[in-house]
Amino acid sequence: MAEGLAFGAASEQAARVDGVFVMIAVIGGFFFFLTQGLLIWFAVKYRRRRPDRDNETPQITGNHLLEFFWVLIPSIVVVAIFYYGWRVYADLSGPPEAATEVHVNGRQWLYEVRYPDGRTAVNEIRVPAGKTVKFLLSASDVIHGFSLPDFRVKMDMIPGRITTLTLHPERPGRFQIYCTVYCGTQHSNMLAELIVMAPEEYARWEAGEREGPAGAVEPPAARGERLAKSAGCLNCHAVEGPAKIGPNLKGLFGSKRPLEGAAEAVADEEYLRESIVDPGAKIARGYPNVMPTFKTTLTPEDVSALVEWLKKLK
Amino acid sequence: MENDRVTESGGDESGYLAERGWRSWAFTLDHKRIGVMYLLTTIVFFLLGGLFAMLLRLELLTPQTKYFSAHAYNVFFTLHGAMMIFLFIIPAIPSGLGNFFIPLHIGARDVAFPRLNLASYWVFVAGFLVVLASLVAPMDTGWTFYTPYSAKTGAAVATLSFGIFLIGMSSILTGLNFIVTVHKLRAPGMTWHRMPLFVWGMYATSIIQVVATPVVGVTFLLLAMERLLGMAFFDPAKGGDPVLFQHFFWFYSHPVVYVMILPAMGIVSEVIPVFSRKPIFGYKAIAYSSLAIAFIGFLVWGHHMFTSAMSPLANAIFSFLTFFVAVPTAVKVFNWIATLYRGSITFESPMLYALTFIFLFIIGGLTGPFLAALSTNVQLHDTYFVVAHFHYTMMGGTVMGFFAGLHYWFPKMTGRMPGEKLARAAWALIFVGFNVTFFTMFIVGVRGMPRRYAEYLPKFHQENVIATIGSFLLAAGVLLLFWNLWHSLRKGARASGNPWRALSLEWRTPSPPATENFHEIPEVTDWPYGYGKPKRTPA
Ligand code: HEM
Ligand SMILES: [Cu+2]
Repeated sequence: MAEGLAFGAASEQAARVDGVFVMIAVIGGFFFFLTQGLLIWFAVKYRRRRPDRDNETPQITGNHLLEFFWVLIPSIVVVAIFYYGWRVYADLSGPPEAATEVHVNGRQWLYEVRYPDGRTAVNEIRVPAGKTVKFLLSASDVIHGFSLPDFRVKMDMIPGRITTLTLHPERPGRFQIYCTVYCGTQHSNMLAELIVMAPEEYARWEAGEREGPAGAVEPPAARGERLAKSAGCLNCHAVEGPAKIGPNLKGLFGSKRPLEGAAEAVADEEYLRESIVDPGAKIARGYPNVMPTFKTTLTPEDVSALVEWLKKLK
Repeated sequence: MENDRVTESGGDESGYLAERGWRSWAFTLDHKRIGVMYLLTTIVFFLLGGLFAMLLRLELLTPQTKYFSAHAYNVFFTLHGAMMIFLFIIPAIPSGLGNFFIPLHIGARDVAFPRLNLASYWVFVAGFLVVLASLVAPMDTGWTFYTPYSAKTGAAVATLSFGIFLIGMSSILTGLNFIVTVHKLRAPGMTWHRMPLFVWGMYATSIIQVVATPVVGVTFLLLAMERLLGMAFFDPAKGGDPVLFQHFFWFYSHPVVYVMILPAMGIVSEVIPVFSRKPIFGYKAIAYSSLAIAFIGFLVWGHHMFTSAMSPLANAIFSFLTFFVAVPTAVKVFNWIATLYRGSITFESPMLYALTFIFLFIIGGLTGPFLAALSTNVQLHDTYFVVAHFHYTMMGGTVMGFFAGLHYWFPKMTGRMPGEKLARAAWALIFVGFNVTFFTMFIVGVRGMPRRYAEYLPKFHQENVIATIGSFLLAAGVLLLFWNLWHSLRKGARASGNPWRALSLEWRTPSPPATENFHEIPEVTDWPYGYGKPKRTPA
């Protein structure tokens, strides 16, 4: 039941949140049927049947006992719901033992990932199943949200602070990450994936990360294309169709580029490389200077692969 | 229009409406005319805000942006939210219906400060004009203006904040005016416990307006200073704190949701007894629960910020307090339902909308605990579940209450009856369309779809198509409703002074009332809900 109404919980933690959800739904459901039932029943039963008989209603202005109970009972019910809602929350945010730490930085409009050993990635976080992960979250421009609905958790990414989120993924799979705090034009494309891998597979990946998928040698342009998707380039740059936030990439290589001010530049390899690692250096005319640098998140080989791909986009 | 037309039409137009010409409106000091001006203005904003809602729903028919750009979508939801909140739902009932009916309800000739009243209307209009000016670089921040985004975006944030500052000022002036009016101008015999519950609701509302609104004024001022003068309150790069803005913002905006709902609850408390011909059940509980809600409402703003890294203890306290707003609210619902018990109920349009208020508000209310409980809040926060929840309370609640009030008081305000057939047809469309639209949003929210998304994953497609279809039914219903009222204004049957045979004071004057409301200030000897026999004041 991965895609039903309450789609599958991806961890035991998530299942506990679902427990609170179901409890509230059951209590709420009871009061729903009680109140709506009485509302509709009274409205039908006591509708005026004879137009001339309208004032013969009883003078009921209150009933202290009844009113006492309907203050008392909801009070007890809400305290109970509060308690379980808080308990589960407190358990889940307690300090986890021996957690792997992954640093995730949000920026308009992608996630930069850094592992403790210095490896980096964009929009893709890999973790082994069965181990607690602690995300250290930060943001470099505006507030973003880091939300993992399959795990029923989210935490804001706030500039100038480190916030944390812990997770205990149990089964391998790919899980959607959304940005949930409105962060500007491409907010709804600020997506990423959490890839939970079986521990052995994770170890293999960790060792051979640089060789690309399946360890095979990937042609640079293909690798560039894959990176363009996963690194978030295509969130802001179109290849087909009208331009998005940034210039269209098709036919870019070799063309003359009008820059801010009166300058111009030819889009050669060096221009392309510089645009990726130092986007503020030359700003294409008519576009806002909003592109983040990929200096720290992409290796020089990644950048060359991207340049190869761009050269092929005729 | 010319002045002499009126006399020719043989007393056709009477009462406070008799005088013609734009000056007689623009410079009027009559609370009823000012109320009517507010009503018409805010209804225009409601329709505009609704137009933006339809554009949003249209775009969400497809997962990818199709009709508009992502930026345009972001502008639309900002304008939709900001207009609905600041230009429609906060002023509509208090400044519109409140202005018209508070003096009539308590047996006064006008509000305490008629000039101030007129001034606050024009400040409101000025605020709107400033908001309009901000459209040169339309806002794309959402109506919540969170920093640092709002401090960085290229939009006219400072201009818009100034507009909202003015609108807030108008709201404070109106609130002050009502508080003094209720304290000073009650007719002889109108004790606090003989006041209609609408007045109680408005009184609690006015307190919130006066206490909370200055905070949002200052917040927007700080934001404007940050943008224009480079001062650092919220920018972390300069030592400010972006989360501080959220505290300020919600310290105002949470209490303000009660400014939105309490007046509507007041209307429902008027309409239910009249159309069941029963005394209201638990008068004092309803009256005092308004005050309790207003008070507790100030302590729960943090429940909008459970994922903003507040301390777990702070989160727990805010969650606990939030649950306690539910109790006085539940009491009101129980009281309305108990009022129906053994009544003699009829279903004219005001009653239909009042019952719809209760029905939809129960759903909005029962989905509140999911958001008040910490663990489920973290799951649902900033998803469509929240969008569904607040539309059930604000549109299903307040707007239905507003519609109930419009139909209920239509004869008093205009001297004509609202047409019943079309009113019911509009009601049916609204009821069905509303539930199809917004119930679907609960489902897509539980499945994880975040709000404020111009594009969404294909797996959410089906729900979005259903919600859009529902919204078009809903919009058709709303248009039919206003068309019907417009039509009734000109062609409706003449209304007597008291067509619903209600007992509160506003029905003891002709419809429409004369300029000074009462030929003779009435002496009040009983509470307004003495239906059934024998008559008496509640113990
Ligand atoms: C025809 C009826 C309406 C429809 C179809 C509708 C639909 C929507 C939609 C699709 C959104 C955007 C959700 C998102 O992207 O996050 C939205 C947001 C909102 N709506 Fe409505 N709405 C309607 C009426 C109302 C009314 C009557 C009010 C209040 C009086 C209201 C208040 C809001 C607010 C405050 C927001 C949040 C805006 C934001 O996120 O900044 N809406 N509505
Ligand atoms: Cu974001």
